[in-house]
Amino acid sequence: MATRKETPSTPTAPMASTSPGATLDSPVKQIQIEGLVVLKMIKHYQEEGQGSEVVQGVLLGLVVEDRLEITNCFPFPQHTEDDADFDEVQYQMEMMRSLRHVNIDHLHVGWYQSTYYGSFVSRALLDSQFSYQHAIEESVVLIYDPIKTARGSLSLKAYRLTPKLMEICKEKDFSAEGLKKALIGFEHMFEEVPIVIKNSHLINVLMWELEEKCTVADKHELLNLSSSNHLEKSLQLLMDRVDDMSQDIVKYNTYSRNLSKQQQQKHQYIQRRQQENAQRQTRGETPLPEEDVSKMFKPPQPPPRMDTLLIAGQINNYCQNVKEFTSQNLGKLFMAEALQGHNS
Amino acid sequence: MSRWSNSEPLRSSMSVYGPVVKIHPVVLASIGDSYERRNEGASRVIGTLLGTIDKHSVEVTNCFSVPHNESEDEVAVDMEFAKNMYELHKRVSPSEVIVGWYATGFEITEHSVLIHEYYSREATNPIHLTMDTALQSGKMNIRAYLSAQMGVLGKTVGVMFTPLSVKYKYYDTERIGIDLLERTRDAPNTTNGLTSDLCQVGGAAGRVQDMLATVLTYIEDVLSGKQTADNSVGRYLMDLVNKVPKITAEDFETMLNSNINDLLMVTYLSNLTQAQIALNEKIVVL
Repeated sequence: MATRKETPSTPTAPMASTSPGATLDSPVKQIQIEGLVVLKMIKHYQEEGQGSEVVQGVLLGLVVEDRLEITNCFPFPQHTEDDADFDEVQYQMEMMRSLRHVNIDHLHVGWYQSTYYGSFVSRALLDSQFSYQHAIEESVVLIYDPIKTARGSLSLKAYRLTPKLMEICKEKDFSAEGLKKALIGFEHMFEEVPIVIKNSHLINVLMWELEEKCTVADKHELLNLSSSNHLEKSLQLLMDRVDDMSQDIVKYNTYSRNLSKQQQQKHQYIQRRQQENAQRQTRGETPLPEEDVSKMFKPPQPPPRMDTLLIAGQINNYCQNVKEFTSQNLGKLFMAEALQGHNS
Repeated sequence: MSRWSNSEPLRSSMSVYGPVVKIHPVVLASIGDSYERRNEGASRVIGTLLGTIDKHSVEVTNCFSVPHNESEDEVAVDMEFAKNMYELHKRVSPSEVIVGWYATGFEITEHSVLIHEYYSREATNPIHLTMDTALQSGKMNIRAYLSAQMGVLGKTVGVMFTPLSVKYKYYDTERIGIDLLERTRDAPNTTNGLTSDLCQVGGAAGRVQDMLATVLTYIEDVLSGKQTADNSVGRYLMDLVNKVPKITAEDFETMLNSNINDLLMVTYLSNLTQAQIALNEKIVVL
């Protein structure tokens, strides 16, 4: 098996955006992906995942010091049959066993998923990632954005759940008090791990050959000036989410209003009771038995805060994407202006 | 594992002008990777090619390696494994069929003939792809072959592998992925990080600038007489210069301003939204 013992050097291009110089308190500080994995993911989405369906698959690799190396991957079939669950586990086992025969790393280190305009923060993703991270500490989820990639540059991000979120998921305590205790905001749900792409020398030779043979010119999608389509769709999704959020907030407001109303009623009831008791005492009758106030006024159910957190995280993600997109487009517009200025 | 002898009947081939073979880069990367992971003592690896067959072309989109043992006089291929893997792959992409097989190495050996016969049973007119991963001739020499009968019928028959033309097919997104991987090979230690948004635009602009510089040097050479002018190139140059749209300055100003305003408004709104949800959270936690 080819050994990959090179120590990680600082890559020549600036890294993907994370808090600069932050030491993630996780066992994984960097992800190293092979070119083959990238190509496989692209192919999988291209062939099987048209429209807004997500395609998923498993990542295989190994952990070297504080780096997670992803060396291969295989796709998951879509959920079309009824007995999908059983098929999945068996499929996975068979695949890994077969891959072991050909010396491919058969250690599960994570999973990947494609996303539609950046909408991946959902309960399902959270649950899956939690079960992965619980079983394998260093696992990550790779989010591949095909639409952004088609616009000109590969969009691949690696996420892990923060330890705080792991704690909460473990205890299944999603109420407001639980979240308050852990001081979790929507920014602290996921942590992004920087990605580095590495190719073995043989693959590099292949790249040279392909470039020689292939006469397809660079399409330069990246310098495309059109923006309205993409912007419209992103904003549409953002608006839907904000609507969800506002509904959630309304729910929470009604809950807190109900709660305070109930408190008031409780107080009133207790006061009336005391008054009655005082009156009865003056009249010389036995005081009424103290009733259990809490049983009479059952407190309303507090709405779960987890959904709110997820929606907030998703909105945050959309906003980030939109901002990146607009900054790129502004740059392109200024370049076009310069070009016109030269011409006229 | 199983062995078989040379007495199997040979299949007939298609016409002399065989189909065009279109390969996706993921297949080649897979082959290279499985070559790097081969067992000790094995000099080459073989595997199955999956893809789709058209009227005049065969598109190879996927592959997986198959363990095999090769020695001086016998070959053993794990057929069960190959069948199993094909079933698993079929679950994910039901439209892919076995179109042939691949082998690394420079030459086609006699063992290849046997393996090719096996694959003829699985698919009609299988393609044989070779990739020289040991770089014997300094290049990778990716070639595809189709088998054809030759010789005198009834007496000695043999198999000839006729070469086919190989083309590379990319999806758009694959093209972009390959561009990124190509950039990897220039970096020391063969690593590369993914760049952030504006850097990408800057990079693309830099590349266009390089291309323009090349064109400029060519033009200057022609003007100073160092190179003879080529009419077709001249026509391309004229197209290029005319591509910049001729818009009056005021129209362009209005277009530019309205676009910039849209983008700025969207940025402002998204910042506002982010501030809102942050506030909402703080208030709830209070």
